[in-house]
Amino acid sequence: MPSSSTTQAPRVHQDDVEVFSYDEQITRLFVLATVIWGLVGMLVGLLLALQLPFPEANLGEYLSFGRLRPLHTNAVIFAFAGNAIFAAVYYSTQRLCKTRMYSDWMSRFHFWGWQGIIVSAAITLPLGYTTSKEYAELEWPISIAIAVVWIVFAINFFATLKNRRVKHMYVALWFYIATIVTIAVLHVGNNLAIPVGAFESYPVYAGVQDALVQWWYGHNAVAFFLTTPFLGLMYYFLPKAAERPVFSYRLSIVHFWSLVFIYIWAGPHHLIYTAVPEWAATVGMVFSVMLWMPSWGGMINGLFTLRGAWHKLRDSVVLKMFVVGITFYGMSTFEGPMLSVKSVNALTHYTDWTIGHVHSGALGWNGFMTFGMIYWLLPRLWRTPLWSDKLANAHFWVGTLGILVYVIAMYVSGITQGLMWRAFDDAGRLMYPDFMETVVQVIPMYWARFIGGSLYLAGMVMLVVNVMMTIRNAPDTLPDAAQIAARKPVTAGMSGDGAPGTEGDGAAAPASQTSAAEASDQGDADDDEDDAPRPGTKRVQLPTPGDD
Amino acid sequence: MSRFIDKDGMHRSLEGWPLVFTVLTTIAILVGGLVEIVPLMLADDAAERIETVEPFTPLELAGRDIYISEGCVGCHSQAVRPFRHELERYGEYQRAGETVYERPFLWGSKRTGPDLARVGGKYPHLWHVRHMEDPRSTSPGSIMPPYPWMLEKDADLDVLPRKLRALRALGTPYSDEEIAQATELAEEQAAEIASEIEQQGGPADLESKQIVALVAYLQRLGTDIDAAPDVENELSDASSNASGSN
Repeated sequence: MPSSSTTQAPRVHQDDVEVFSYDEQITRLFVLATVIWGLVGMLVGLLLALQLPFPEANLGEYLSFGRLRPLHTNAVIFAFAGNAIFAAVYYSTQRLCKTRMYSDWMSRFHFWGWQGIIVSAAITLPLGYTTSKEYAELEWPISIAIAVVWIVFAINFFATLKNRRVKHMYVALWFYIATIVTIAVLHVGNNLAIPVGAFESYPVYAGVQDALVQWWYGHNAVAFFLTTPFLGLMYYFLPKAAERPVFSYRLSIVHFWSLVFIYIWAGPHHLIYTAVPEWAATVGMVFSVMLWMPSWGGMINGLFTLRGAWHKLRDSVVLKMFVVGITFYGMSTFEGPMLSVKSVNALTHYTDWTIGHVHSGALGWNGFMTFGMIYWLLPRLWRTPLWSDKLANAHFWVGTLGILVYVIAMYVSGITQGLMWRAFDDAGRLMYPDFMETVVQVIPMYWARFIGGSLYLAGMVMLVVNVMMTIRNAPDTLPDAAQIAARKPVTAGMSGDGAPGTEGDGAAAPASQTSAAEASDQGDADDDEDDAPRPGTKRVQLPTPGDD
Repeated sequence: MSRFIDKDGMHRSLEGWPLVFTVLTTIAILVGGLVEIVPLMLADDAAERIETVEPFTPLELAGRDIYISEGCVGCHSQAVRPFRHELERYGEYQRAGETVYERPFLWGSKRTGPDLARVGGKYPHLWHVRHMEDPRSTSPGSIMPPYPWMLEKDADLDVLPRKLRALRALGTPYSDEEIAQATELAEEQAAEIASEIEQQGGPADLESKQIVALVAYLQRLGTDIDAAPDVENELSDASSNASGSN
């Protein structure tokens, strides 16, 4: 265990304890990357929003709508949300396992590798190098790089689990496991292609098969990149910020397993009424509707964690962000199943409603959960109070208003399009045979969306300012604080080769395994009061009083 | 059930074994994908093959790759649904057999502009040239970006033999001759289209440009099925079904 960077020597006999530290710097790096790429990705989004009602904003070959759209989606999904979940994973995993990440080197490789991938995406997409498969647009050399970085991340993560000092894995870790495994499977499965040039390739699947594989991937990128890791984030940071244990341990079990099992089936709802076999589309629809329940299980477990603590929202911008984020999660996971019902899909598919749905999830759930986490982490990581609570509150209100304007504009526009496309006159002819009529009709809504997006981006700028000013006030050096764990015989190994309930398969586990966790065996969570500026931060506890 | 999820239940033990937990999670996420995708991979293509559907010509393939590169799929779908209003607006609904040479598929998920699955032959070549150069010159009110560089930049036709070879390796039935002659075949077709554009009163000397390849691709879209004998019958079936679901 690296302990060279610790600040103080503990006054305990060395044989009884181990001294270690958490890698804080890696979380700082990911937080900074989240903020920077968030700003970039949203700026590109705003330019796109302007290009729709005002085509003159298509600024030549490299900055035209078609080429920038995948840049926007990749930037906000993989750069903004991606760096945010890595920040969450690196911060919480170390604490939930009471151990430093397995390898600092692998953590750095993950960080810089990921940023390199983002930069190469930002260069190749405007140049027109794209597979055209949504959220998998990056061409084969970059997609190989993604696989390599992801595998290093996985090794680092699972080796950290193996080294953990807490016997039982807390629910956040379950969601991280599901994320890491599934993204690897999806990414490899969907990107199989034959290269025909440095940045050009043809997929091994054709037509109907390609469509089905793509939306198996595409829908589950939403599931396992934008949902499960954010649920992990929620399960760690929300109880921390609320200083309340998670509402229900049982609910977390039921909703975890049903969510990861059911989500995968929902992909074909993107292909209803196309040439994919009808049974596949129907299965996709049925599982999408079923998915509503486990999704709301997560929302309920999140919101009910605040039982008895709702008054804390008044003073905590972090909790405000989380509550709005989880609420939007609930709304968009109700909306998703609804949109996948065939008769609803017939109206809404191909319209702006889909864009509204996506942004209620992305801006509301992913964005606000990220912002909440960053506002919670800033004072802890940089060991100085947040520069301005007022500005953070302004961010909250401006952002919330921005989302509402955005999604309402898209709902109106989407329903208008859907109804105009299908309208017949009394003589049985298309009421609007000229497609252009349906385009011109929704342009005011595109302007409204531009305003909503501007508000949201303004909030993002406020976050950037708050981050910069907070960091300016930070101490010059930020050494990792020393942690102490009792040294005791090992009780848990990684292998799981012991029979259920068998303790003491110690041979398989490293000597550093202790059962400091033993004491918090029911707790499973960390205790990092020492670096938390607000006293009284209690550990997350499972199972909980609300359990029964 | 309660034995499983109680605070000292079986799940509690599972939380102590990351390896088992990970294996179970992996199984849980594999089931759905396998059930949905494997039958389609194993299905006999012949069942859905349509006699008249042919692979893209080399020039059309080059045009298709330009369509991909410009991100046209972001705003234009290529999948007509079996509803009466879509059949009237666009033409026949999409059939699986039509898409067997589509690598990647370009069905899209958004119609900011109209569906293009049946756009082939709907407009003269020159209309497309003008439209790509300045969309509002042919379609007042359009919000499509202009693509003037397509009239200036050369299409990359030299790479075509390699592309055809890769596609044949994946199963598209190109002959040895087509692969060897891909560039020449493309140039021939380009010269033909360019001279038609000129005859229609358009600019001269476009034959090496990207726009010609794109026009070749767009004019091909949805045309193969016109030659299929059973389309008429199927179409009337579909419209009666679809009007029910509206």
